[in-house]
Amino acid sequence: MTVKLPIYMDYHATTPMDPRVLKTMLPYFNDSFGNAASRTHSFGWTADAAVEKSRETIAEFIGAKSGKEIVFTSGATESDNLAIKGAAEYYQSRGKHIITTVIEHKAIHDSCKRLAKQGFDITYLPVGENGVLDPEVLRAAITDQTILVSVMLANNEVGAIQPIAEIGKITSEKKIVFHVDAVQGVGKTPFNVEEMNVDLASITAHKIYGPKGVGALYVRRSKPRIRLVAQMDGGGHERGNRSGTLNVPGIVGFAKACEIMHHEGAEENERILKLRNRLHAKITDALDETKLNGDEKKRLISNLNVSFAFVEGEALMMAIKDVAVSSGSACTSASLEPSYVLRAMGLDEDLAHSSIRFGLGRFTTEEEVDYVADLVIKKVKVLRDMSPLYEMFQEGIDIKSIEWAAH
Amino acid sequence: MAYSDKVIEHYENPLNVGTLDKADDNVGTGLVGAPACGDVMRLQIRVDDAGVIQDAKFKTFGCGSAIASSSLATEWIKGRTVDEAAALQNSEIAAELSLPPVKIHCSVLAEDAVKSAIEDYKQKKVTREALAKG
Repeated sequence: MTVKLPIYMDYHATTPMDPRVLKTMLPYFNDSFGNAASRTHSFGWTADAAVEKSRETIAEFIGAKSGKEIVFTSGATESDNLAIKGAAEYYQSRGKHIITTVIEHKAIHDSCKRLAKQGFDITYLPVGENGVLDPEVLRAAITDQTILVSVMLANNEVGAIQPIAEIGKITSEKKIVFHVDAVQGVGKTPFNVEEMNVDLASITAHKIYGPKGVGALYVRRSKPRIRLVAQMDGGGHERGNRSGTLNVPGIVGFAKACEIMHHEGAEENERILKLRNRLHAKITDALDETKLNGDEKKRLISNLNVSFAFVEGEALMMAIKDVAVSSGSACTSASLEPSYVLRAMGLDEDLAHSSIRFGLGRFTTEEEVDYVADLVIKKVKVLRDMSPLYEMFQEGIDIKSIEWAAH
Repeated sequence: MAYSDKVIEHYENPLNVGTLDKADDNVGTGLVGAPACGDVMRLQIRVDDAGVIQDAKFKTFGCGSAIASSSLATEWIKGRTVDEAAALQNSEIAAELSLPPVKIHCSVLAEDAVKSAIEDYKQKKVTREALAKG
């Protein structure tokens, strides 16, 4: 069987919409176009009913008690901003210390940086070589000034799954607000805000086969009730937490995406895991000197992040240009710095430059996996034949023993 | 990032990939860059008695633009005298390959690699002549 090119293997970046999601959304663009905030006519009531039903579906998906705990936003970045800045602003009278990790998404890091400028004290916890945070490291970092802890459910680059339940135990014991950026992990690894004592959680539709431009922040309403200072001023929508006319089609699509994931996720994840393992096995069987980045077990089923030593990531991506993947190589960023996540895990910089992230998903087929594996293997060999470092390695020269002139 | 057609052409069909015997007196070897920075270039030249570069080879660890810059540099210096080759400017490589600003350093590295190989060749020659004089 021939595969259709190009092949998409960058499901961490975004996912295609499930056709069932699109179908559910369509009526809300024209027939049922009302503003959910319009209280005086049926157009508004219809839209409002659809939004409220969606809230319940999404709440159920993440184990929340009520749809009232769901605040709709424009996506993960806004949810993260609202959680961090909104909680910091509300709880600052109790203390000004915030704890997060070095591997969080930029939306968290940059929100924290802004708060630091306003006088907050931010602790960025290190992770192990496997990319996983040790809850005891977190416990030790807590002070009587700590008001907020933010840890991601799963890392977007290496797929490392964080010990959210253990952290939730600690934060609820110490009565510290606990935010989880669940964007990458939700649907692919167990996540339940009640069971895990999560107070705030960011999720987004487009990572789970829903539309772009819609996300949500879960805000706990009881035991304890969490409050935020809104970051968007206006009509007081979303119980005053986020003003702005609701994206009704997006919200309806988001709920449908959650519903599908809720019902089909277990089976789907098993299938994707098999494909991911197949890809990894094929690559490691055929090539020497590859390194799996991130924990082997505590890892998203869809993620494979591998460093191909002696080959530069961008060159490899160019060689497999019909396959959409991403790299931790500096060349893919404007900063010319390799991935901060891989460096935080203690990976040597040359291996960070050599990393490729494969993200598999709902529409990935076995034929695609086999095609990609064969192509990667072939091209890595070509590039290694062209690599002075591989030649030195084969001659037994330790590359680390050479004094390189950094440029 | 979109690559220019010339970068793609050199990257897909690189010229002069290979290794010359670095123990050979007439071979100069330049090794520049650093693995931690994501690019390392090794460029070698074989020079005849008239001071003309007869052959040039490279191996590069780096992005597509770095590989293309190496390929172009080796192709350009073949047939030139050592002094002519030493005058090669990175801006010529960057212009020929239409490198965007973030990739200019690839052409700089190629210029450095050429100069380093010539330096190595000249050093060997000086040492050899000094030995011959005894």
